[in-house]
Amino acid sequence: MAALTREETEALIQEVLEIYPEQARKDRAKHLAVNDQSLEKSNKCITSNRKSQPGTMTIRGCAYAGSKGVVWGPIKDMIHISHGPVGCGQYSRAGRRNYYVGTTGINTFGTMNFTSDFQEKDIVFGGDKKLAKIMNEIEGLFPLNKGISIQSECPIGLIGDDIEAVAKKANKEIGKPVVPVRCEGFRGVSQSLGHHIANDAIRDWVLENRDGDDSFPTTPYDVAVIGDYNIGGDAWASRTLLEEMGLRVVAQWSGDGTIAEMEKTPKVKLNLIHCYRSMNYIARHMEEKYKIPWIEYNFFGPTKIAESLRKIAALFDETIQAGAEKVIAKYQAEYDAVIAKYKPRLTGKRVMLYVGGLRPRHVIGAYEDLGMEVVGTGYEFGHNDDYDRTIKEMGNATLIYDDVTGYEFEEFVKRVQPDLIGSGIKEKYIFQKMGIPFRQMHSWDYSGPYHGYDGFAIFARDMDMTLNNPCWKQVKVPWKTEESPKVAIAASA
Amino acid sequence: MALRQCAIYGKGGIGKSTTTQNLVSALAELGNSVMIVGCDPKADSTRLILHAKAQTTIMSLAAEAGSVEDLELEDVLKAGYRGIKCVESGGPEPGVGCAGRGVITAINFLEEEGAYDDELDFVFYDVLGDVVCGGFAMPIRENKAQEIYIVCSGEMMAMYAANNIAKGIVKYANSGSVRLAGLICNSRETAREDELISALAAKIGTTMIHFVPRDNVVQRAEIRRMTVIEYEPEAKQAEEYRQLAIKIRDNKNFVIPTPITMDELEELMMEFGIIDDVDESIVGKTAAEEAVA
Repeated sequence: MAALTREETEALIQEVLEIYPEQARKDRAKHLAVNDQSLEKSNKCITSNRKSQPGTMTIRGCAYAGSKGVVWGPIKDMIHISHGPVGCGQYSRAGRRNYYVGTTGINTFGTMNFTSDFQEKDIVFGGDKKLAKIMNEIEGLFPLNKGISIQSECPIGLIGDDIEAVAKKANKEIGKPVVPVRCEGFRGVSQSLGHHIANDAIRDWVLENRDGDDSFPTTPYDVAVIGDYNIGGDAWASRTLLEEMGLRVVAQWSGDGTIAEMEKTPKVKLNLIHCYRSMNYIARHMEEKYKIPWIEYNFFGPTKIAESLRKIAALFDETIQAGAEKVIAKYQAEYDAVIAKYKPRLTGKRVMLYVGGLRPRHVIGAYEDLGMEVVGTGYEFGHNDDYDRTIKEMGNATLIYDDVTGYEFEEFVKRVQPDLIGSGIKEKYIFQKMGIPFRQMHSWDYSGPYHGYDGFAIFARDMDMTLNNPCWKQVKVPWKTEESPKVAIAASA
Repeated sequence: MALRQCAIYGKGGIGKSTTTQNLVSALAELGNSVMIVGCDPKADSTRLILHAKAQTTIMSLAAEAGSVEDLELEDVLKAGYRGIKCVESGGPEPGVGCAGRGVITAINFLEEEGAYDDELDFVFYDVLGDVVCGGFAMPIRENKAQEIYIVCSGEMMAMYAANNIAKGIVKYANSGSVRLAGLICNSRETAREDELISALAAKIGTTMIHFVPRDNVVQRAEIRRMTVIEYEPEAKQAEEYRQLAIKIRDNKNFVIPTPITMDELEELMMEFGIIDDVDESIVGKTAAEEAVA
């Protein structure tokens, strides 16, 4: 199917909006746009980070999801208490595939669920005493933990528990960091505020812990990887490239990360930001307070990887710059072979994305390396600075949709007829039933890593495996049937 | 006779618990079967009936037992003077937790356990002074109290609170069957108090059901953790509570209130000389500033 023109895309948006009542239509119109590369600022065409309209089936999460699920959860040697009723912790347990090295239950705790399991009496009488008791028990049962974070669920904010006081007291008693996080789910419009709250908690309760302590030996090549959650091993595939070019990765935030790494981060020379949306706050803080510069990078696909490696190297001396070139050259045969194998099978295929923090723009380059085109993209919880960064990555007249609703996404897909959709678990089965190949781009569909050169090979294989899977020929969708079965039966009778 | 459920609201400290317990004792004296449900974490709604400091509450027992499901009705329901059934919802100390949720949990428990049996004639909910959140409005939700009595006096803040409570009742009255049943004036001996409260009642669409005069025998009885009805049945004050009980028993005047605006309330108070005419020129002026002017 040929690409839509600007006019056609605009008409499509209008058509999709038509079904809404007037007020909802006016609101949703601001979140849907036709990309225009000539724009410098996205606020000319799109509004984001606003409250979702009731009834539209938004795909967003909550502040607790942003803090516990994204930022804090992957810190592997801390115990993160889901403070409140049992559901939030249990239904988000181990779902994000943040890989880590360690012995779970002994010195790492990533896939376990710790919760205060609130009952009626805890709501009525407050949960502070229970929280203190839990932390005491944690110390006894899991003595190798390196600290505790308290992830507030909704009721904590409603009943006014003083988790900060409990945290301070526990910190004195056990001598380890205890971090209260006010990430109650009802705060903000999406998980995005949860990221911000989590960043602020790191700033207030962790980052200063080693101020004035110079015992950690530093080098001029120390960097921290910020905003890589090691989904399916992403951070490992990234870290190896940085190390091969001569840098020393002091900290991983927060995939396969530790509290000690976080505490040491103020000693690094440069912060490297992968997921800008979820961790730009802490990077900006470190820039202000510790004068540590930060840059964004993109490790999806060889084009962006090479660009990023050179951009990072340019901030260091010639050794590192030569190192970057060496790394690019070293892997060239490998990624050329990947492209040679998969590009002919994927070229010209069109993709629609709808994901979270960085992927709606960051994976575009990787698809392009395989000859594919992203014809529609959008963020669940992006802000306008995300869309600013997206305009140039997307082709002219492509679709941009913010906080897309279930209805809009389906209608766009029906009309645009992409060859592949990349989105989350809630979207997967709807589109598969429509006969369209689908990849989960939050969890890499239980695959990965997709970062780095290693990840690119897996990414290419997965896209090919999904898109060219013979099963799609077996899916009979009504609108693709030449003649209806009834007629066929009549003819044979 | 079908069960009648009544809720008593009013400004904090106005005498809701004392009035309720004396009223309920008088109703029991008349041969009615009555239950009091205390909806205040302080749990002082039943002490005069039980001769106790404070009854052990549903929520404190639930916390001890693990959860409210682990309790039996007889654990929480105590019979006092003339068989009056007493129960306290309980709740946290000031400054922690959620007292409103305690009221909700306790009332749900009573319903599920069948505390509202066929033999009861009256249930009285004695509710914390201000309806600060949804929990304290629980007694007036669908299928609970249908009659509300507001205890007030001729003092400005008590009247202000009464009018505010009437506003809250309107919300629930429009969606359910709860109605304002009258104002009970618990006298503070302010000037023309009975006339004033009658006038206020008329303005918000109801009546002053009874004027309870001030009498020291109430305090003397309280020191003994007793109602006047029990302590000194022949006292004049006991007769007042009996009259209140009879009026409530025979009351048929249930209305959706028509709360008045702040301006109207001030006008009424001015009419009765409680406040002076508002002189806009003195608003926000300190004593020192006035002296200079």
